[in-house]
Amino acid sequence: MTTIESPRSGKIGSGKIAPKYNRSGHSRGNFEMIAWLFMRLSGVVLVVLIFGHLFVNLMVGQGIHAIDFGFVAGKWADPFWQFWDLAMLWLAMLHGTNGVRTIINDYAERDATRFWLKGVLYAAAFVIIILGTLVIFTFNPCPVVNGVQLPGGFCPAP
Amino acid sequence: MTTEMAEPASKIELPASVAGDGEIPTFHITLRVRRYDPEISEEARWDDYKLTMYGTDRVLDALHKVKWEIDGSVSFRRSCAHGVCGSDAMRINGRNRLACKTLLKDLDTSKPITVEPIKGLPVEKDLIVDMEPFFQSFREVMPFLINKGHEPTKERLQSVEDRERFDDTTKCILCAACTSSCPVFWTDGQYFGPAAIVNAHRFIFDSRDDAGDMRLEILNDKEGVWRCRTTFNCSEACPRGIQVTKAIAEVKQAILSRKI
Repeated sequence: MTTIESPRSGKIGSGKIAPKYNRSGHSRGNFEMIAWLFMRLSGVVLVVLIFGHLFVNLMVGQGIHAIDFGFVAGKWADPFWQFWDLAMLWLAMLHGTNGVRTIINDYAERDATRFWLKGVLYAAAFVIIILGTLVIFTFNPCPVVNGVQLPGGFCPAP
Repeated sequence: MTTEMAEPASKIELPASVAGDGEIPTFHITLRVRRYDPEISEEARWDDYKLTMYGTDRVLDALHKVKWEIDGSVSFRRSCAHGVCGSDAMRINGRNRLACKTLLKDLDTSKPITVEPIKGLPVEKDLIVDMEPFFQSFREVMPFLINKGHEPTKERLQSVEDRERFDDTTKCILCAACTSSCPVFWTDGQYFGPAAIVNAHRFIFDSRDDAGDMRLEILNDKEGVWRCRTTFNCSEACPRGIQVTKAIAEVKQAILSRKI
């Protein structure tokens, strides 16, 4: 009498599946939903912010020929443009970081690869956001060190 | 002596330009099948078979011809052979289709026709994959009616509009063509996959069902609907023409509107 061997994948319906397919528990919270929603909303806002930014910098008045240190200094003296650039910085950085995060999730196959790529990504995003925010709020076009004004052609003499 | 009349595998109306005087045209094809047998070798290989087929034949007929007349060791799943059971989903010329619904004449017969197992699931032998991970996700969304009310003595009635709401997703035959065409599923097999979401959709939007919230909670997972990148591979692969990506988007919206 011949014995028929059982199929490799285990008994049908026994739930025995290759370990790689087993989901490691359910994720709690709504992080993925919020991230998904944030991508849509920030995308819409960024379209307005970026095209507004490009229009004001490149088209209004003398356009691109007027851009220099003084032009940027003049913009950041205005709280409106400070807020505009701050919103653009934060939204663009978070939007881009979240986009790269999903790409890493989709393409990195090993958990360790994923962990390190995301670590580098978050560190880079953190540094740029903090540094950019600092620059926008502490920017001073005419710095004075020890009572002496640093050289610069357009600052009024003290 | 009489001319040998062609006996087509399936009798369908063909235009005169294709079918001459009622005679079914024949042509030569090369069927290139992905072979894998772990008892012989861990390496998969391609086998070519030269066949003479009829204008009414499907890829499944070519596979039958190979298995029945040339090489009996070629393994594939098929049950009804008429596009209803969903057993013979395979990757034909790089696209997921049902072998029993793909006519050879619609493919480029001047080049070899490649036939591979569907991607992303463990191959058992030749064109047969282990469907268990696929069905595991399917079971997790509870694809059955859950009703908290008293069991009625007659059928549960529903308006035409309420039935129409989820009509598209009732068509699923669980062939796995969609899930195994999804690049997100290919990565690590963790994603629930389009088929599970389609079958959850079928009950979430059924007015007779009371467990929609439970299913939405299950799919509001990091491996749930939010992993969908709307590449539309699933909608293109579905042999039943289900608007899969649209169904996934509707489940996303349902989760959102429930939370906010």
